[in-house]
Amino acid sequence: MVLLTKMESPFNNGAARMSGTIGVGLTAANLSKRYGDRSVVNDVSLAVQPGEIVGLLGPNGAGKTTTVSMICGLVKPDHGSITISGVDAAKNSDFTKRCIGLVPQDIALYETLTALHNLELFGALYGLAGAELRTRAQTALELVGLADRANDKPATFSGGMKRRLNIAAALVHDPDVLILDEPTVGIDPQSRNAIFDNLEALKARGKAIIYTTHYMEEAERLCDRIIIMDHGKVIASDTLAGLYTRLPASQTLTVDFEGDLDLPALKQVDGVSEASVKNNQLNIALNDLSNDAATVLVWLGAHGLKVNHVSSGRANLETLFLTLTGRQLRD
Amino acid sequence: MNAKLTALVALVRKDIVLFFSNKRSLLITLAAPIAVAAFFGTLFAPGSDKLSKVPIAVIDLDRSALSQKIVAALSADAALSVTPLAETAAKADAGIVEQSQVQTMAQAIALVQNGKLRAAIVLPAEFGAHAAEALFGGIDGQKKPQVDIDFDPSQSMVLGLVRGILAQHVMQAVSQSAFSPNNPAVARFREAIERPSEGGANIISPDLKRDLSTMFDSIAKVQARQTSSADKGDSAATPGFSMPFTTNATAVTSGVDKKYNSYAQSFAGMSVQFILFMGVDFGVGLLLARRMGLWKRLRAAPISTRLLLASSIASCTLIAAIVMSIIYAAALAFFKVRIEGSIVGFIGVMWAFGFLTATFGLLIAAIGKTPEATRGLAIFATLLMVMLGGAWVPSFVFPEWLQTVSLGVPTRWAIDGLSAMTWRGLGLEAALAPIGVLMAFSAVFAMIAIWRFDWEE
Repeated sequence: MVLLTKMESPFNNGAARMSGTIGVGLTAANLSKRYGDRSVVNDVSLAVQPGEIVGLLGPNGAGKTTTVSMICGLVKPDHGSITISGVDAAKNSDFTKRCIGLVPQDIALYETLTALHNLELFGALYGLAGAELRTRAQTALELVGLADRANDKPATFSGGMKRRLNIAAALVHDPDVLILDEPTVGIDPQSRNAIFDNLEALKARGKAIIYTTHYMEEAERLCDRIIIMDHGKVIASDTLAGLYTRLPASQTLTVDFEGDLDLPALKQVDGVSEASVKNNQLNIALNDLSNDAATVLVWLGAHGLKVNHVSSGRANLETLFLTLTGRQLRD
Repeated sequence: MNAKLTALVALVRKDIVLFFSNKRSLLITLAAPIAVAAFFGTLFAPGSDKLSKVPIAVIDLDRSALSQKIVAALSADAALSVTPLAETAAKADAGIVEQSQVQTMAQAIALVQNGKLRAAIVLPAEFGAHAAEALFGGIDGQKKPQVDIDFDPSQSMVLGLVRGILAQHVMQAVSQSAFSPNNPAVARFREAIERPSEGGANIISPDLKRDLSTMFDSIAKVQARQTSSADKGDSAATPGFSMPFTTNATAVTSGVDKKYNSYAQSFAGMSVQFILFMGVDFGVGLLLARRMGLWKRLRAAPISTRLLLASSIASCTLIAAIVMSIIYAAALAFFKVRIEGSIVGFIGVMWAFGFLTATFGLLIAAIGKTPEATRGLAIFATLLMVMLGGAWVPSFVFPEWLQTVSLGVPTRWAIDGLSAMTWRGLGLEAALAPIGVLMAFSAVFAMIAIWRFDWEE
């Protein structure tokens, strides 16, 4: 493993690592975990490189948090291996833990300690002390835009500020890998955007980021690659563009209608990839909305159906999850 | 400083800052034990007349010279407070029941019933006339006069005291009366035993009759001598029975000139109680931290779970020791409590109890499921421990079986250890057993806690 160049600033070393290092980032291979008879994680593999954000997407109970917990060393895997910055976590967990910054789903802060004291505490757990600790804590606060609130207690913060401080607490020791477990739960859109900006800045600085969420729009906006999990298994893993190619169609037409519909006949119409009906609402997947929409509407009129409302849309990860599992993401 | 030590110091510092920044918790942990200990200390302070006098009423249905003498003696007794009924009734509302003679039984019993008086003594009619005869066994099978004592059953310990004091004063007055030249009781009794029975045979054997006659002759000589002394103007008191001994009571404290300080006992009890409450809060705080995801964040750091638990034990022990030091500083400064025994022993007991508190808190966190459910159960367990340990009432007043049971409670050893090092003034060797037992309990608590500790909610 190539030694890293001297850091220019506590959080500015990523580019150097990206350009001149081997074995950085994180690789998890064939992770499995059972609790009794219940398989929680089953043969999950993933990798994340410096300067990359990988989204771990799935409904509640999909196994995302257990996967993250195994990567962070909180839960011992039954099978599989984890390598961080080229080091096997099973052999040197102290080292691999130092490489990871965990942002738990809960706001894991001491509410009655000041923001600065919180960060100094979490930094000290990684062996930082003295002036270096203070500098790192201040820098982390600046990164999340809370430098002016350093001496205030989180108890006085808004939900969004607490979430940002929660992220800062994982950054004090300048980890190579940042793992965020649903970091935007329960906050307003403005604070969410601020967090996204922070994460994009960290990505630009070369951090390898794993982002678990069940909000598909977050994954779509932030992630370079997306891993979709369900029932403890990876059911899809690709870039966003790659995942869309797995969809039967990338565009949809939704029609509210009255009358008797011959669905099998509709599916035979040119340009229609898939069609389903529920409560007099017709969902049609089209290969080319601009060309095929008119054909479909003419066909409906010709077959005696009265069309009340028409809308179109683009397929998304929700559609993909539905396609892959037959269930809604939030079921 | 190596990384692990840096982490340990940071974690301990964090707990101390958290504890001392919580003003409400601080108030309860520091001010409450001082206030409650001050209250109990005042309550049980020695030499206080206010609570040592037992309020009673005496109903004199006899109104003889003898009965009035007894009432006067009872009224003068330092252990009793006797008041005339009219005066008693007037003062009862103010909660003050004092001195003297009661006019009617009904009123007196009512006062006993509503708790204003501890007992009412009824001297029956003809008491004076028959008491002296009863002293010699009674005449013609006449029964002894019966003195009724109506007492408050919630204060049953008082009954023995009242009986004893009554016996003392009655015996003194009656015997004095019996040996008085003016009292015809002896002559009547002599005449009665020398008189033949109705069937012609005397019920007393000749030998006993002879012995009694000799005794009466002696009494007659004493009476004659008294009459002679009186004629000569000698005002010496008429002899009668009196206590055949005197007592000299000495409080065994830490030294000859050292007085018992009731605050020392109450401060031991209350500091133990409130520091254990702090331990409960500490344990519940660990459960809350787990719920908040803080344990997840701490465990994600490159430190072992052993170090995390060790930091929890270290910080709680340190806080307990600091809190106890502050409480005893107040006791020393304002309540004249002194460490009359071994200072090293006192510090040892203090740290051992701090360690016990920490492991107790950890045990609570280990076996508790949710903070809400655990808090109630833990406070109940703590109250039971401090009660059995003698924090509220010294354990030596417990029944014997309970005293034995309480030896199995660590708080008993903590309180006994602190008492031994303060007002009892014992040496270091007296602290070793409490320290040893507290450390043993701590070790057991810690082992169970580590075994049962569940890092995930």
